[in-house]
Amino acid sequence: MSTEPDEGESFPRMRREKERVHGQQQEGVGIGWDGQTLREQFEALEERTEETGHYAGFEKLDLKQNNPIEYEQMFAQLRGDLVNARETSKEVAATPIVEQEGELCYGLFTPEGDSIAVSTGIIVHIHTMSEAIKYMINHDYEESPGIEPGDIFVNNDTHVGDVHACDIMTLIPIFHEGELVAWAGGVNHVIDTGAIGPGSMNVSQASRFGDGAYYTARKVGEDLKLYNSWKKDYPDKTRTPDFLKLDERTRMTGCLMIRDAVKDIINEYGVEQFKQLSREAIEDGRRGFRNRIQKTMLPGTYRGASFVDALYEGQENLTRAYANENHLMHAPSELHVREDGSFQVSFEGANKWGWHPYNCTPAAIQGGIWVMLTQTVIPNSNVNDGAYYSCDFHLPVGSWANTQNTETAHAYAWHFLVSAWAPLWQHLSRGYFSRGFWEEINAGNANTSNWLQGGGIDQFDKLHAVNSFESACEGVGARYVEDGEPHAAAIWNPEGDMGDAEVWEMTEPLPFLGRAVKPNTGGAGRRAGGAGFESMRTVKDVSRWLLYEMGNGYMTSDGGLFGGYPAASGYILNAQNTDLEERFENQDDYPQHDLDPESGDFESKIEGDITRRPEGISTPKEFDDYDMYLNYLRGGSGLGDPLERDPEDVVADIHDGYVLPRHAKDAYAVVVEKVNDEAKHNSAVQGEWELDEEATEELREERMQERAETAKPVTEWYEEQRERIQNEEDLIDDVKKTYESSMRMSKQFAEFYHEFWDLPEDFEFTLSEKAEKSLENRFKTGLKQKWDNPTKGHETWLGVGRDDEPEVPYTWTADRTIQDLPTPDASFSDTKAEPATDDD
Amino acid sequence: MPESYPREHIEDLVDDNLEWNQLHDMMSDFKDADRFQQVRDVLQERVDWDDPIIIPYADHLYVVAKPDGRWVIKCDCGHEFCEHDENWKMDALINVRDSEEAYLEIYPEDMHPHPDYMELREFFCPGCNTLLEVTNVMPGYPLIHEFEPDIETFYSEWIEEPIPTPETESA
Repeated sequence: MSTEPDEGESFPRMRREKERVHGQQQEGVGIGWDGQTLREQFEALEERTEETGHYAGFEKLDLKQNNPIEYEQMFAQLRGDLVNARETSKEVAATPIVEQEGELCYGLFTPEGDSIAVSTGIIVHIHTMSEAIKYMINHDYEESPGIEPGDIFVNNDTHVGDVHACDIMTLIPIFHEGELVAWAGGVNHVIDTGAIGPGSMNVSQASRFGDGAYYTARKVGEDLKLYNSWKKDYPDKTRTPDFLKLDERTRMTGCLMIRDAVKDIINEYGVEQFKQLSREAIEDGRRGFRNRIQKTMLPGTYRGASFVDALYEGQENLTRAYANENHLMHAPSELHVREDGSFQVSFEGANKWGWHPYNCTPAAIQGGIWVMLTQTVIPNSNVNDGAYYSCDFHLPVGSWANTQNTETAHAYAWHFLVSAWAPLWQHLSRGYFSRGFWEEINAGNANTSNWLQGGGIDQFDKLHAVNSFESACEGVGARYVEDGEPHAAAIWNPEGDMGDAEVWEMTEPLPFLGRAVKPNTGGAGRRAGGAGFESMRTVKDVSRWLLYEMGNGYMTSDGGLFGGYPAASGYILNAQNTDLEERFENQDDYPQHDLDPESGDFESKIEGDITRRPEGISTPKEFDDYDMYLNYLRGGSGLGDPLERDPEDVVADIHDGYVLPRHAKDAYAVVVEKVNDEAKHNSAVQGEWELDEEATEELREERMQERAETAKPVTEWYEEQRERIQNEEDLIDDVKKTYESSMRMSKQFAEFYHEFWDLPEDFEFTLSEKAEKSLENRFKTGLKQKWDNPTKGHETWLGVGRDDEPEVPYTWTADRTIQDLPTPDASFSDTKAEPATDDD
Repeated sequence: MPESYPREHIEDLVDDNLEWNQLHDMMSDFKDADRFQQVRDVLQERVDWDDPIIIPYADHLYVVAKPDGRWVIKCDCGHEFCEHDENWKMDALINVRDSEEAYLEIYPEDMHPHPDYMELREFFCPGCNTLLEVTNVMPGYPLIHEFEPDIETFYSEWIEEPIPTPETESA
């Protein structure tokens, strides 16, 4: 630890640092290295990186080459200190979100905002914090409000660098002898952001103004003390102030531990060696990423597309009448693996953003893809922004993936983000397959829902909000070599967990009636997708209490691979005005599960107003004591032809509660016979089954024959489909609106679509008046950009990629169809819109 | 870290005979340098035809070198689809699940996509009827050409080996 002499003050070294910085300021000396301003240092780094193709111009890794042991020791020490900071500070927090699920992470950054090393946890934010630091540098925070020793900054603005407002980050600069040598940053998911509805990720708002409180890269303290203006501000902008106060202390604890760790390492090795390490570690990470790709994949182009629904037509409590429409997310995904192992990721063809809270910013997309890559390409501790320097992202401006419009809502950006990644898992898996690394192949992931959220007056008669993170535990996509892990984790938190029911009950007035593996949630396949699970919750001791659902319903976002089927999609099940209290009193049966929605079991054990519908999203609705709510957490997708699954494994699936007996025959062509009515292997079904080998063999042969008889040549199907599209037969308005949105966003997608179906050049889908108006209103809203000064890294999505990039259907060009606003003052209010129904 | 796994170990990987702890070790270890060649060689031994495998393309599918110099996508049953840079799905058989009834064969009620919003396209090999791919897309979506490997760059720059031809393989 640091060896500061006790001078009777809390942070004497910080005070001396600050005096030194003030002295330098009077002489016009910046806080950057060798007297540069931070902005000058940042620009110089970008230029050197661009000129040389190596991070900060580091073509040689002198420290690593000449003193490899010390290099590894220093890096391992930093990494260990970051993990230690997370594990220790986690105990300060009171929310199960942090304490149980570990929704927390830390990073150590260069003065320019590039991550050197990271902790474990929700490391999506390593890059979002990086963007937030760059935002401060690029908008001259050194001049105002100043960046000085002991300063504390907070950010949760997604357009600056975040996924959504409920991830609040704390950043503190670390100085040494008048120079900024690093930043420590920590971020955690808070329980309530003060959005228009309770919970961290409300779903009923149309725009940013309903997302909750945004804090844009704000200085909130100095001398390592929070300003009174901050302490008196944010607690009133949330329904859960005590939780947020402890969350902040958590982040401060971690950041201060990291600050001490950096001081120690500088004391031990000297500041020049620390600077050298910080540069070399990132260049090493950049090279490591490319080396790994060259060792495990194939160069070339990988493509896919994913979709997810956000159905708002007819939903109650929407904040704007014009938000009363259905949205479908379209994510064409293209990965180009270049000859040098670097990545070009393109979402060209993505459709327009919408008046819903699932829009994304580049920081969200980049951070999101980054956390995925760390779970596949770089599954080790040598993770930092070096990987970012090996990836270009083409994110169409004005699409849901990069709105560049500060009016858009982002509260649950993950809904689109997670769904849009689904093909990227498969791109990597196709590469691994060709290369022979079959142990790395993964069909995909789960749609990380349902999100149980809500709030009101809780069991302690306090205003409260809930945000169950059971969703940190979903089924995982099937591997090539094994089934997917059941109820395991969520893509955004590799160390996720469902949390103890008892702990959730301490902070949520929602007692558990049951919790069990949910059958048929994982996709069928030779390797089955990991099963999800469900919790049946009731409500107790509340008043003016709201609950809502959030997840996929009409679409499954995660496809199968190599013949495996997608994971199941979601549905909503609630019961209100129930007789549950009487049932408890009379010790009668009551529903603990809804494991087979077709069984009628739930309905047979409860009287009340039952809502059962195959959708995934509902806006906040009132719940009272003894009402019921099903929290269904999704499964992962399958891999391989289900008829190739070992029939004995299907019998085991039945006994493990992963597959309902009737689906053994339908999905797997496996014949099972019930041999015992009494046995109870799981909550889903009663009985024990045995395999009928002979009947299975016959059935599988029949099934193969059926395939040959019922399937048709694709060429024949193509002609039928082409006619269908030309005549717009059996295509609903929501689907046609999505195509039109993508075609208006992207000339490349429009050409691709027309060429594939051989459509006339002037072909357009006929839309309803409502759909036409919806597109017009959003396209006319134009851009409202947050960054006055984009970084070089932003050029990959602001401009054109490399000139020698091969032609691919969706490849980016600058030729956009998006319409800019005519004047800087013009806004959405200039367009014709429905009157507001509420003030969001 | 093995620079190279024993041939038997790779055979067990291909034949699905490895225990979980062995697979886990393979995941955790650094990657062996000759995996591609070893897997390709084992697969070549497993198929019933002689066309040299250039790359494994997808489960059951390979890019192979034909005597006339073409590179084609071929199923392990022997069915040949198309040139390596074309979408094999155009030459496949297709079944589309786009009704409630068809969905209920695979998923319980309320747990499947809405047929108006999403269809499942099942692609089968015309030679052996194996289900090779299932895609979940909006109705009216074009077929996606998922993978266009840059085979030349892979062989010449990444593994620095000549691309197999019928001549080199039979030599």
